[in-house]
Amino acid sequence: MTIEELEQIAKNVKQENEKYDYEINVCMDLACASQGADKLKDALVKAAEAGAKKVLVRRTGCMGPCSHGPLVRVDTRVDPDERLYRRVNASHAEAIVKSLGGVPVPELQCNLNEHFDKQVRVVLENAGYIDPERIDDYIARDGYKALLTVLTEMTPSGVVHRITESGLRGRGGGGYPTGLKWGTVAKAAGDVKYVVCNGDEGDPGAFMDRSVMEGDPHRVIEGMAIAAYAVGASKGFIYVRAEYPVAVARLTTALREARRHGLLGNNICNTPFNFDVEIRLGAGAFVCGEETALIASIEGRRGTPKPRPPYPASSGLWGKPTLINNVETYANIAPIVRNGGKWFFNMGSERSKGTKVFALTGKIANTGLVEVPMGIKLREIIEEIGGGVPDGHTFKAVQTGGPSGGCIPADMLDVGVSYDALLKMGSIMGSGGMIVMDDTSCMVNVARFFIEFCMTESCGKCIPCRAGTAQMFTLLTRICDGSGTMDDLALLEDLCSTVKETSLCGLGQTAPNPVLSTLKYFRNEYIEHIVHKRCPAGVCNMQAAVEVMA
Amino acid sequence: MSAETDVKTLVIDEQEVSARAGQTILEVARENEINIPTLCHLEGLSDVGACRMCLVEIKGSNKLLPACVATVQEGMEVSTNTERLQKHRRTILELLFAERNHICSVCVSNGHCELQTLGQEQGLTHVRLPYRNPELSVDASHERFTIDHNRCILCTRCVRVCTEIEGAHIWDVMGRGINSLIISDLHQDWGTSACTRCGKCVQVCPTGALFDKSKIGSDHPKYPEFLPYLNLMREAQ
Repeated sequence: MTIEELEQIAKNVKQENEKYDYEINVCMDLACASQGADKLKDALVKAAEAGAKKVLVRRTGCMGPCSHGPLVRVDTRVDPDERLYRRVNASHAEAIVKSLGGVPVPELQCNLNEHFDKQVRVVLENAGYIDPERIDDYIARDGYKALLTVLTEMTPSGVVHRITESGLRGRGGGGYPTGLKWGTVAKAAGDVKYVVCNGDEGDPGAFMDRSVMEGDPHRVIEGMAIAAYAVGASKGFIYVRAEYPVAVARLTTALREARRHGLLGNNICNTPFNFDVEIRLGAGAFVCGEETALIASIEGRRGTPKPRPPYPASSGLWGKPTLINNVETYANIAPIVRNGGKWFFNMGSERSKGTKVFALTGKIANTGLVEVPMGIKLREIIEEIGGGVPDGHTFKAVQTGGPSGGCIPADMLDVGVSYDALLKMGSIMGSGGMIVMDDTSCMVNVARFFIEFCMTESCGKCIPCRAGTAQMFTLLTRICDGSGTMDDLALLEDLCSTVKETSLCGLGQTAPNPVLSTLKYFRNEYIEHIVHKRCPAGVCNMQAAVEVMA
Repeated sequence: MSAETDVKTLVIDEQEVSARAGQTILEVARENEINIPTLCHLEGLSDVGACRMCLVEIKGSNKLLPACVATVQEGMEVSTNTERLQKHRRTILELLFAERNHICSVCVSNGHCELQTLGQEQGLTHVRLPYRNPELSVDASHERFTIDHNRCILCTRCVRVCTEIEGAHIWDVMGRGINSLIISDLHQDWGTSACTRCGKCVQVCPTGALFDKSKIGSDHPKYPEFLPYLNLMREAQ
């Protein structure tokens, strides 16, 4: 494969597409597919064949506003306006095909301009526009151009320099500077090195990585190949959780296609560079998203974390230097290489560059995936892009960062989103889950939910996390059922500090965050539960309290 | 002096000490008779850094480091017994005492139990946490030994000694989190497992979880000191 061949493929795709006057894109991501998007696509194909117009029906990845799904977007060559249709089912197919070139189907129209206008799409630029199982679609949108440019024009250290210059930080949660990590692995001694893609997305309410892997799998593979060239590796692993069967299937197809096109394998692009990728499935342990546990799991051992140092950059998979990045981090690589580090550096806030994909869920009008520049205010994400809290309820808090994150109250919504600002507020960026809660959510119960998650997902290796989270869960349950005392609360705070400071890995160290942040911002709710035996949101069943009084 | 000097000097508890590069903080502290409490660590076995008892403070860093795996650095200033560390150690011990069933007065290891000794050393006078008292089994199917899961603190010394020293790998951990359990072979009775009956696991167990049937009662001291000697002799061969 050479650049010329790549351009030829892109040209062929464009010529092929130009045969059609209309493109109907059907979102086939998990949320839409579960509501019958596959039947809808078949009906659209049928309707298009019956009609006289030249219509291309295409399956695509996630378009974003999942709560409005199944989604269909019509692109016309005649009229460049994109039309988005919501809640479409198979019975609407004929009406949609009939309306092409005329007035849009009124009852399906989806007006989400405010939702889309504030977004900047880098990672998700192809999602919703390409068929994820067709490599040609990806190539037509500048796919693999960055890889071939890197292989033919840049030195490995040049690539590392470009990534460093971009200011990209790890999107898995920690926010470690990606360029620095690459540089460390590149400098590590040894002939055999590995690159690993962490696709073990396990936070409740987070599905960014899944959508990227399902909607644009080649982007991840290209990012990994560039990383492998930069650090001197020739073997890669994508660690995906088995709960994502569609992502696994799409990645498998993508890897096969890439190999067939000579974009993976030996002597890629007629250079001495060899690289191939294997998929490894996780068996449903949250802790395997922690890098040392992930390495153990790939090696076939029990997925438990190890003390660091040594860091994987010096001793990772089978003791070899290993680069581990998250799916979204790899998805950022190709655009940075194509557009330059400066382009990326100029987006975002002072110390957090570029864009971030968030999975908006909970009590919010437009749930789904959004990609926003760093530094955007939380209020803009929730009220403008997310469409605010529905059904006349009032906003109470937003939980970021999954079980490792914290709850941010309403009066802090004007803070710009960045790694450091979120950390200062007692939460974390995390992988990008954002759960919105309204006045019907009890914050003590929310804290209890997340502690229960950490308790069941703790690997059991270190004592503070194994026994500490279990004791915290017992104490929170007491408070929730009305039998808690102020002594329990003091004990809970004491445990939080020990679990946070003494746990072995990130899971335990961050497990108390939901409790600490709700105690910081919603302490009165804890007091109400304990002193007045009353749940302000009306969620907790104060069974024990009733028994005591009777 | 050459650039690659392999001797480091550092300060542990205001005492200046020297160490070879690559040595752990724990090794150096013990050489200098500075006591750092440990539970999962045992000389002669690999370290896992799991019990968190040996955490120490390093000047200039807010992070606590496990002394059993953290290696010495030139000029490092280590504190091994600050108020913060004492508090955390007591809480960790409380968590252990409340996790399963550790009633010393009816335990075979009463009087020579590492958990009991640590509780006394660290000034643990009472447990504030609710006792969990889970229902766990006792496996007495082995002809010589018994495993009482109620006394187990999941330090994995038995797992490591059986894998690393005896080479049999009978023991491993099943389940996760609070439901973790030490199992023999693929979770079958110890008596029917491929156990070599060497008894090393019993000697290294810090509590009364593993004990010798012939020594039931209070007279059950354990001798884990055989390990470093055994390793030394093996290396000499």
